[in-house]
Amino acid sequence: MTATATGDRAAAPSATRAEVCVVACAEAWRGDGEVLAATAGTVPALGARLARLTFSPGLLLTDGEAMLPASPEDPDPGHIEGWLPYRKHLSLAARGKRHMMMGASQLDRYGNQNISCVGEWARPRRQLLGSRGAPSNTVNHPVSYWVPRHSARVFVERVDTVSGVGYDRAAEAGGSVARFHELRRVVTDLAVFDFATPDHRMRLVSVHPGVRVANVLERTGFTPAVPDHVPVTREPTGEELRLIREVLDPRGTREREVPG
Amino acid sequence: MTALDKRLSVQEFAGRVASGMTVGIGGWGSRRKPMALVRALLLTGVTDLTVVSCGGPDVGLLAAAGRIRKLVAPFVTLDSVPLEPHFRTARETGTLAFEEWDESMFLWGLTAAAHRLPFMPVRGGLGSDIPRHNPRLRTVVSPYEDGEELLAAPALRMDVALVHVHRADVRGNGQSLGPDPYFDDLFTEAATETYLSCEQFVDRFAGPPQTLLVQRQNVTGVVHAPHGAHFTSCAPDYGRDEAFQRAYVRAARDPAAWREFTARFLAGGEDAYQRAVAELADADGTVPGAGHKDVTR
Repeated sequence: MTATATGDRAAAPSATRAEVCVVACAEAWRGDGEVLAATAGTVPALGARLARLTFSPGLLLTDGEAMLPASPEDPDPGHIEGWLPYRKHLSLAARGKRHMMMGASQLDRYGNQNISCVGEWARPRRQLLGSRGAPSNTVNHPVSYWVPRHSARVFVERVDTVSGVGYDRAAEAGGSVARFHELRRVVTDLAVFDFATPDHRMRLVSVHPGVRVANVLERTGFTPAVPDHVPVTREPTGEELRLIREVLDPRGTREREVPG
Repeated sequence: MTALDKRLSVQEFAGRVASGMTVGIGGWGSRRKPMALVRALLLTGVTDLTVVSCGGPDVGLLAAAGRIRKLVAPFVTLDSVPLEPHFRTARETGTLAFEEWDESMFLWGLTAAAHRLPFMPVRGGLGSDIPRHNPRLRTVVSPYEDGEELLAAPALRMDVALVHVHRADVRGNGQSLGPDPYFDDLFTEAATETYLSCEQFVDRFAGPPQTLLVQRQNVTGVVHAPHGAHFTSCAPDYGRDEAFQRAYVRAARDPAAWREFTARFLAGGEDAYQRAVAELADADGTVPGAGHKDVTR
């Protein structure tokens, strides 16, 4: 069951940027089987639910706390298919049956991520959350990133501290660090990236409708790999738009995270 | 009369914690934190603490009062407000030593302590800057044919653990009715002594046996503390008091406002705190903890 199978693409041009982002996030989980789609942020959470409803029906979802909702369509919080308190959640992550889309305060060309603090770690200029589970997530299961405001402050030459492990660190350490390390995609409000280059540097996969490649590069603090032809991120299908607007997010919370 | 009665007043509890101790605090972020116990510590002179916590406003209050020498934590957050203001200030002004852990390292460090083991091997943390910032961390090589090198998460032993649960009996058994036990039972098993606070004492536990999270053999004292997790969530008894949490964050922005907040809420003991919260709610027309659903993380 795929959305495109309905053959309805007529409504596509009216999609907002936030809706394009929801679909771009959903695409990160395409082909994943019965893995837990964990997220940080509104748009990735909608993307995971959309993927589950359409092309990745095996996905497990979380309510952001300890419950696994039985159906992405059913608003009843009591309708659950499983219980995953933090302890079991961390065990599941260690088994690798999870693909998380995390946030990033800083991200470099190899996908090193920082959510800990800005400035020198010993005496930071700006303390953030702390590294949370980012170190173990990145060495245990596939990870993607969501950056709702693409800027050179996020995409930096060098992150101030490494919370989530990037490809250069994984290659340098080898062994246990590299064994299950896999960064899939980076989705922003402007574009989609992956790491499909010989040395796993970040590569521009597509720019969202209405965005020029130059806009993206201006707001990226390093030079990613850019193919000769950069495609445009696909528009949501009519069915996907209906699901986003009527079923998954009728209150339009996505537009607050990515204003049109 | 029951032979075993571990009830303590919140003041009696506070007298059991000494300066220089390592104190583990249960809950997670701004969820089911033993806030009444933390508030009681603020009224004593106890200081120079090493605090072990999946941090929230427990860390914030103790840091703001200058009681923490060293913090061991994978994060400090208020959940619906991502960044904890006092923790930020403490880090940015260099007033506490921070040992940053990854969450799974933290889980296995607690597990090691609960099993009297020196460490547990984990993959998480390797390759990141966690080991670079923490010279006491070591790796261990698997003695089996795989030969994998892993991080040896050291046992997180502690002198005292503080945990808040929904129901308890006077012997120190504790019941968690919430959606997530967090690491609370591990804290009680990893500490030399545990002080438990509860919403309600019961003579007889109701509900499935899986909710009996904390065992009395790991508990030294039990404190009756209704709304003792306030302003953090204690679902299903009550949700997070978001309005109060916002007031806390606003007050933390400037020293004069924080002094006023401290004088109004934290200077008079637990009963005075709960009265001041109720008065604030009446004035605002809001009910503390009503109708909250957390959607972060």
